[in-house]
Amino acid sequence: MSDSIQQTATQDESKSEQAAVYKELAWQGLWKNNPGIVQLLGLCPLLAVTNTVTNALGLAIATLFVLVASNSLVSLIRAYVPQAIRIPVFVMIIASLVTCVQLLMNAFTYELYLSLGIFIPLIVTNCIIIGRAEAFASKNSVKHAAFDGLMMGLGFSAVLILLGASREILAQGTLFDGIETLLGDWAQDLTIILYHTDTTFLLAALPPGAFIIMGLIIALKNLIDQRVVKQ
Amino acid sequence: MAFMNSSSPHQRVRRSTSQIMLLVILCLIPGIFLQSYFFGFGNLLQIVLAGIVALISEGVILILRQRPIIHTLKDGSALLTAVLIAIAIPPLAPWWVVVIGTVFAVVFVKQLYGGLGQNIFNPAMAAYVLLLVSFPVQMTSWIPVQSLHPFSLTLMDQINALLTGFTLDGYSVKQLSISIDGLTMATPLDTARNALHAGNTISEIFDSPEYKASSWEAIQWVNLGFLLGGLVLLCKRVIQWYIPVSFLTGISVFSFIAFAYNPDLNISPLFHLFSGATMLGAFFILTDPVTASTTVKGRIFYALLIALIVVIIRNLGGYPDAVAFAVLLGNMCVPFIDYYTQPKVYGRAN
Repeated sequence: MSDSIQQTATQDESKSEQAAVYKELAWQGLWKNNPGIVQLLGLCPLLAVTNTVTNALGLAIATLFVLVASNSLVSLIRAYVPQAIRIPVFVMIIASLVTCVQLLMNAFTYELYLSLGIFIPLIVTNCIIIGRAEAFASKNSVKHAAFDGLMMGLGFSAVLILLGASREILAQGTLFDGIETLLGDWAQDLTIILYHTDTTFLLAALPPGAFIIMGLIIALKNLIDQRVVKQ
Repeated sequence: MAFMNSSSPHQRVRRSTSQIMLLVILCLIPGIFLQSYFFGFGNLLQIVLAGIVALISEGVILILRQRPIIHTLKDGSALLTAVLIAIAIPPLAPWWVVVIGTVFAVVFVKQLYGGLGQNIFNPAMAAYVLLLVSFPVQMTSWIPVQSLHPFSLTLMDQINALLTGFTLDGYSVKQLSISIDGLTMATPLDTARNALHAGNTISEIFDSPEYKASSWEAIQWVNLGFLLGGLVLLCKRVIQWYIPVSFLTGISVFSFIAFAYNPDLNISPLFHLFSGATMLGAFFILTDPVTASTTVKGRIFYALLIALIVVIIRNLGGYPDAVAFAVLLGNMCVPFIDYYTQPKVYGRAN
């Protein structure tokens, strides 16, 4: 009797430990170690394609999928890959996943595929993905690795979408312009026009504007962190 | 009785930052006067608007940064930046153009880098480039000189045009920038470059009605005005001669090389010297003590570099003027130039 109580107690302990692990992973991926605004990884696609929410969302979904899948696969095979050749193997896995995403997008969201252009194949070289594979997935169990990929991907997606939304509002005064290229024709009504303008604020649509707004987002995050520490 | 100890030189004029800024603004007056004489009050309205916006945005950002407000506002650097931006943009550009430019210059280019003395880039020129890249249409519609106006513009007309884009009689700025004979107004540099791209030679351009309508003489006078103000600055020793002299020499020499190579396809050195922002740049913008090189050799090299870039962009590029771009590119090279032109310490070998 006492044995079984002890057993459930340890089970509870390990359960709460497990929950703590997941909580920590989520906290790291979404805020504390956010790949976009803290680690500053994958800046090239982050700045290049976030001129509209639609583009940002498209890239976010593609990256999220690749990140979760690559983390799980790398974690699955981590025991069988010799240490010396692990990086090429990881890159092969990531490249084949990206090829799948590219073909899928070419088939189902052709216009979005065209507007994202080179940045879909470039997901292969996105440092977040190889970074998580090497730093986390190759050392942890499949469940943890997949969850880490999901959280890192969501953190990155949040930054992408925030950046895309602010740039689209500043440049054209709209939100979700061209969303039907991602979600299909029913989504046409989702486009929100905030204000009408004859002249677009070109800077926001160009890469320099992306850098400036990115800087502001990072400043905002640091400000929030400081406030929290003070309290 | 306490004596003040200070190192040599012992006899010198000491000026505070605000005195220097005030002097620079005063020396801009001849150029501003000529500009508003030729192009109307729009120019002065832009200066007032830019000045107000600059003071407000500097005040707000100083509160956010928790820095002394009155002390910093009094140094006048924000006002000078505002005046330079207002001079550089077309007199009847919509009000939000100058507001965006000034806020960007003061908040992003100056204060976010740490305030006066810390900025890498010249705030006025960075703002000009921002505006030119973002609003190409508004930034290139210069109105014709007043004597060529098809409509006479009163002060109220110009205020209205600035705020709403239309005069009291309902003419748009676009209509205003077309003269009686239906020619659109551009700056002389712009006209010359467009005609060159269209395949005309320089002599054909100078005879064409487009060119004669392009307020060439007015721009020349404005440049002379800034030259005069610049010479006063030199006499008052607010600026040293290294940068203006080597910049103007550089412009002459580099444009002469292109001109001598093919006089039909490249505009003459004299045209380069008295068009666009050449004089304004030489005396008021390149000489910014914060963003320019600090050594003697460095200053000469810095000015020559900018002159070279100006001539290249004007002869080959696609923008109406090149001084702003060239200054920003020059600013980027300043740390590098300074590093390699440190003067030797006296009394040491090597």
